[in-house]
Amino acid sequence: MLLIPCPWCGPRDEAEFRYGGQARVAYPEDPWALDDTAWAEYLFVRDNPEGWFAERWFHTAGCRRWCDVMRDTATNRVAGSAPTGASLTEVTK
Amino acid sequence: MTGFRSVPVPAGSEATVSFNGRELAARAGEPLAATLLANGVRTVASGVYTDRPRGIVGLGTEEPCGYVRVDSPPIESMAQATRVETHDGLCARSLNGYARLPEGEEAPRGDRVWAHCDVLVVGAGPAGIAAATAAARAGARVILACDAPQPGGGLAGEWDAAEGTAAREWQEPRIAALRDEPELRLLTRTTVTGLYDHGEVVALERRPHAAASGGAVHRLWHIRAGRTVLATGSCERPIVFEGNDRPGVMLAGAAVGYARRHGVLAGQRAVVFGCHDEALWAAVALHEAGATIVAVADARPAPGPAPVAALYERGIGVLTASGVTRTTGGSGGVLSAATVAPIDSDGNATGEGRSFPCDLLAVSGGHDPATALAAHSGGRKRWSPEHAAFLPDQTPPGVRLAGAAAGTRNPAAARDQGERVGHAAAVEALAHESATDGAEVADDGAAAPVVGSGHTPPMALWTVADARTDERRAFVDLHRDATLADIRDAIGAGMTSIEHIKRYTTIGTGPDQGRTSGVPATGIVAGLLDRTMDEVGGTGSRPPWVPIPLTAVAGRELGELFDPARRTPMHDWHVAQGAVFEDVGQWKRPRYFPREGEDMRAALQRECRAARESVGALDASTLGKIMVEGRDAGTFLDRIYANNFSTLRPGRCRYGVMCTADGMVLDDGVAVRLSDTQYMCTTTSGNADTVRAWLEEWAQTEWPELCVHITDVTDHWATISVVGPRSRDVMARLAPREDLSAEGFAFMTYRDTTVLGVPARILRVSFTGELTFEVNVPAWYGRAIWEAVMAAGHPYGITPYGTEGMHLLRAEKGFIVVGHETDGTVTPVDVGLGWAVSKRKDFVGKRSLWRPDTAREDRQQLVGLMPEDGDHVVAEGAQLVAERPGSVPVSMQGHVTSSYLSPALGRSFALGLLSQGRERHGDRVYAVHLDEAVPVTVTDPVFYDKEGSRRDG
Ligand SMILES: [Zn+2]
Repeated sequence: MLLIPCPWCGPRDEAEFRYGGQARVAYPEDPWALDDTAWAEYLFVRDNPEGWFAERWFHTAGCRRWCDVMRDTATNRVAGSAPTGASLTEVTK
Repeated sequence: MTGFRSVPVPAGSEATVSFNGRELAARAGEPLAATLLANGVRTVASGVYTDRPRGIVGLGTEEPCGYVRVDSPPIESMAQATRVETHDGLCARSLNGYARLPEGEEAPRGDRVWAHCDVLVVGAGPAGIAAATAAARAGARVILACDAPQPGGGLAGEWDAAEGTAAREWQEPRIAALRDEPELRLLTRTTVTGLYDHGEVVALERRPHAAASGGAVHRLWHIRAGRTVLATGSCERPIVFEGNDRPGVMLAGAAVGYARRHGVLAGQRAVVFGCHDEALWAAVALHEAGATIVAVADARPAPGPAPVAALYERGIGVLTASGVTRTTGGSGGVLSAATVAPIDSDGNATGEGRSFPCDLLAVSGGHDPATALAAHSGGRKRWSPEHAAFLPDQTPPGVRLAGAAAGTRNPAAARDQGERVGHAAAVEALAHESATDGAEVADDGAAAPVVGSGHTPPMALWTVADARTDERRAFVDLHRDATLADIRDAIGAGMTSIEHIKRYTTIGTGPDQGRTSGVPATGIVAGLLDRTMDEVGGTGSRPPWVPIPLTAVAGRELGELFDPARRTPMHDWHVAQGAVFEDVGQWKRPRYFPREGEDMRAALQRECRAARESVGALDASTLGKIMVEGRDAGTFLDRIYANNFSTLRPGRCRYGVMCTADGMVLDDGVAVRLSDTQYMCTTTSGNADTVRAWLEEWAQTEWPELCVHITDVTDHWATISVVGPRSRDVMARLAPREDLSAEGFAFMTYRDTTVLGVPARILRVSFTGELTFEVNVPAWYGRAIWEAVMAAGHPYGITPYGTEGMHLLRAEKGFIVVGHETDGTVTPVDVGLGWAVSKRKDFVGKRSLWRPDTAREDRQQLVGLMPEDGDHVVAEGAQLVAERPGSVPVSMQGHVTSSYLSPALGRSFALGLLSQGRERHGDRVYAVHLDEAVPVTVTDPVFYDKEGSRRDG
């Protein structure tokens, strides 16, 4: 079980969280400006890297706030977390 | 009688145990395996797949053969005799073949425990004791987990008597001192079963003594450790030859362990066979303990001079470059003799063998560091020819190894290493350094294996065979009954990967995780394929290291505590009325209220008739209620719901539907505007958590600039729906000063008032089509107001109804229920809610309603379905097909979503989703379920009061 650093509560068990997929995929400013393909991309297509990945977690059984976490999907190493929208340490390998 | 006690049972420790109905004298607390050996019980079980007799092979978790069933509390359907502690009254039996759960017996109870520490030390041999002590003295909070009942278990190698004595003299006071360390928690009988990410460790504690008092006999520990030191020791491996499975063939270290630790000699006349110095020292130890050593064979041409000299002093010679080619069985197939022949470095006989009568054959092919736990979280190992063993190569983040687990076999060197590693782990943990990169073991001086002085290198030896060897009798995995011939078959079938060979032969798939078979299998495969040990590698190790009873996993989360039940304030009233309940999410809801002699169908018809003809009452407290408040609440809801809410005037209600981003219905319900800045949104029962999280997600992550606050107030309110043409009369008695007329209290409005002096929010909404007053009062008053409603309605025959009636009444009106008519693939338009989709403003998911797939003309749409036989209620979930029964092919065109017998219509009816259904009213389709195909007519989904004439009474 991962230990996820909630920006407000500190490191907490993964069981307290809900996963939210890839971070920083904003709801398009004007959905109607997107053609069907671009809209389908927004709805259904996400990155799935082996390595560092910015992803969202929702601290459901804690402060009920969303945060972004930088995690290596291959090793589960966590580089840091930040409130949604705040800048998150970029990790490149 | 073959085995015996070299050390008599001390007074006060005598116990009597029963094995296969026979009474045996035991020493309380010793492993059952020791009792069996001491009493000359050689055959303990038979093979899982063969009926070959099997005896005790090992000393602990590596035991592949000696499985028993324990019938005395705490019962165990399958246990290694090496790990069952004896006590007076223990009752066990051979486990032949597969284990079966006992029937009718209450399962032993388990508990779960959570703990944190700076340093976790796994294993309490010399390295573990030293590591734990050093870490504690460096100021760390330490947990020391030890599989045995007492610390100090395995002295790797056991070495010679002098070193053993020295090690014990070092160890005894330190074990005593462990208990004095204030921040050190010693967990005995506790086996670490898995290492997971970020320092999470799971361990199983056995508490057999708690069975008598009804306490938890297992505790499953979830430990979060800053750093972990694995001092898990090593696993001894056997050598494969014909008849190596006979009772009497044991691991040499195990035979010595029984003698040294338990004062039990496994046999009187022993042949000892190995390929390294420790096997020779085992011969010394067995002789010391009183056994006659019939022969000692060492596969190496030049064994270590020190043990050879020690044996010579005892008048025992060593047959060099020799090995056991086969065993001979006596009565019952147990060992009666071993044949020793000269062999080459591959284990092939180079000359005639000689048979030595014996009752114990102590074998040792070497020792492999027990690194499976490190492998659980990514550790790797590599083959060391010098050690003839797989040594840890890279350890996972935050994990260190010490002692025999790191390849260090000398006890003195192991404890020095443990001390260094324990101290280093404590310093790191206390500095709160994040455990990131895995340490290269070679770079970490503290973890490099240390070999004892005067060491003569061991030899890797997997098999011994001669021209007559029957490979179907040469066992590689004693638990799975898998042989050398099976490996040859797997390779003959084209397999070269060890993972494939494992699955083909089942080697290593037993509950012992192949501790005694894994490395020999790799060695044999490497030889057959002419590859190196590292090229072949080992199979992956996965948790749990030892089997975990499901009762331990369940802990106390059983029965009532499995999942919390939510009950409404009126629950006890419903129980007293004999309601039949159903689960809706976590809620317990009355399904119907049967009267004497009524079945569900009869009760349902009566309840629904009352609501349509007079007055009914529904406990709707489970309806989700979410407060959305703040300056921008209206704007926020406009973006969430498909229709407009900012334009709703305070005091009014509106039905709304919300979609996921892909345009599918997420939930629906009525929202009330309480004031300019306050809305109460109702959700489907059981969906409140989902909707609340959905609102929070959008408010936080997409529109943080909006001022909105979201609170789930579902259980703050008790909700009573008073339903039917006489509901106004009932309400008039409860709130006599209120204007309840259709004009004075209009449909889809709300009133903040009091009922019998209790603050109340009354909504004029309807989920049945009938005149309805939905009364919300603070939950504390729910029961009192419910009873007041029942009393006030008594003259009109007020009838409580449950979820079944609620569903029937709404289905007659064609109202959808999220989860019945929708399943995450249905848009608002599909279910006829196009009218609730705003044409002007945007909302979450709107763009998706114009995707090519959602705009498709042949989408499934909500329809009514009238079975042609009005007495027949079609099955919910039945497929809808257009073709006559019997014709092929058949195209699935939809399915039945809700189906009832309607008292109002006097016949059965259903709702369903049907491809292009709105254009097919009047068509005949078939509802297919199991073997029946029922003709039904497609209709409009509103069956009752299409004009909506009844909602105002
Ligand atoms: Zn939090």
